[in-house]
Amino acid sequence: MSTSSISPILSPDSETWAENIRREFPILDQQVHGKPLVFLDSAASSQRPRSVIDAVTWYEEHDHANVHRGVHTLSQRATDAFEGAREKVRGFINAESTSEIVFVSGTTEGINLVASSFGQKFIAEGDEIIISHMEHHANIVPWQMLCERNKAVLRVIPMDERGELDYQAYLDMLGPRTRIVALNHVSNALGTINPVKQYVAAAREKGIPILLDGAQAVPHMPVDVRDLDCDFFVFSGHKMYGPTGIGVLYGRKSLLEQLPPYQGGGDMILAVTFEKTLYNELPYRLEAGTPNISGAVGLGAAVDFLQRIGIDNVQRREQELLAYATTALESIPGLRMIGTASHKAGVLSFVMERAHPHDIGTILDTEGVAVRTGHHCAMPVMEYFKVPATARASLGIYNTRADIDKLVEALQRVREVLG
Amino acid sequence: MDLRDLYQDIIVDHNRSPRNFRLIDPADLQAQGYNPLCGDKLGVYLNLRDGRIEDLAFQGSGCAISVASASLMTEAVKGTSETEARKLYEQVHDMLTGAETDVDPMDLGKLAALAGVREYPSRVKCASLCWHTLIAALDKQSDAVTTE
Repeated sequence: MSTSSISPILSPDSETWAENIRREFPILDQQVHGKPLVFLDSAASSQRPRSVIDAVTWYEEHDHANVHRGVHTLSQRATDAFEGAREKVRGFINAESTSEIVFVSGTTEGINLVASSFGQKFIAEGDEIIISHMEHHANIVPWQMLCERNKAVLRVIPMDERGELDYQAYLDMLGPRTRIVALNHVSNALGTINPVKQYVAAAREKGIPILLDGAQAVPHMPVDVRDLDCDFFVFSGHKMYGPTGIGVLYGRKSLLEQLPPYQGGGDMILAVTFEKTLYNELPYRLEAGTPNISGAVGLGAAVDFLQRIGIDNVQRREQELLAYATTALESIPGLRMIGTASHKAGVLSFVMERAHPHDIGTILDTEGVAVRTGHHCAMPVMEYFKVPATARASLGIYNTRADIDKLVEALQRVREVLG
Repeated sequence: MDLRDLYQDIIVDHNRSPRNFRLIDPADLQAQGYNPLCGDKLGVYLNLRDGRIEDLAFQGSGCAISVASASLMTEAVKGTSETEARKLYEQVHDMLTGAETDVDPMDLGKLAALAGVREYPSRVKCASLCWHTLIAALDKQSDAVTTE
């Protein structure tokens, strides 16, 4: 093994490694209700490192103009920054070409785009769309709306009490009328990492396109769309340490080429007369209007950030912390975990006896601990487990064992307060 | 901010042992309330006699604030006239939202225990859901009340 001349490299197993990363996030250095902030709500929206904030600020202060339009210097710089971010995203998920990377406002818009455009062209009366029981509302409602419009049928892959999908039921569901499958890679409410590669393979074997909702996957594990072999992959910037209002729709080029435009407007055209409009090439054909340029710049910086840390290290660290947190929470009397799949990302959903999640959330907040409470935009999941809501602690790359210890400590307060 | 301002003993007590927590069937008037943000659901049922709310009860699930508020509401409103109940609703609403008002929380009896909620904007809806549902029942609204 060669010796390194630079500072000793810390293993991601070390707490110091996480503490160093935590220092890159200015927002975490504050007190809430007089207590140091413990942020355990990254699955709802993660925080941004200094490098992302600086990249956006630099762009706003030096380079902003509209993209793809002007011949002047700023317009060229803005275009370079915007298209540079597209190339970073392409590399991040290993897509073949930047023409397969469509910038959208977030996962929700990405799914709506596919449901709208794909649906318009390929879904007819009596056709079937497959989703799963553990989807976020963003991967349910657009398909429901499409089914209503085109008189298609929504089919739902069932799950079990651990929060794992029934693969055999899925295989049985794939039929001659199935036109598309839409499945989450990682469940936001349960943390389940679905074995999506096998789901993709089964659909592809029958020539059925498959969309993966990757919002909760990209911040936690390496994603290679060519290895997954999926047709569409959608995710948001703000859950992977980037800004809000920017997200990505990856689409296999041969399929994207067949999609009719989602919205009409500027940038998506080559020539317009009142008789006819000639549409632009991919991906611009699907990006009408002035895009979220600074958001894309921030997303590009978030990709750089994750690649600098190493997404493998992120995954290794989070798995270790998840195991620590799971053991710690399970030792609390009266606490029940919701979502106990064998492969999970850093999501700990739970309920407590005689304590409503909303009360848990308020009490934890006064201890400086931020968790999400509610149905997590996954009401069918709540229905399945017969709970109105859960409390959810979710992990980010900046979380430490000390954060988990504080969560456990704050949960003791719940019992004291509610009696 | 002291948690005890929110979770006073009286709130904790009414959450653990809610009063008038039952179904009235048949009821002269009833309504359903729903808070889609946190999943709170409750039904409010009442019987009228000679212009007075002779019986008032509720059922459902919710957080400590919403359950205690509904329990306290049934105790405060039972036996009052419809006009008095509506006036009480206005007063409680002002207290919860911190609106400028002449009402001294001390005049509201046990309901004053909910005054701490005004410091927690995200929880005001929890405390007011039962009151909105009561008014919907009195107004004979058929649609479920939601806080959104």
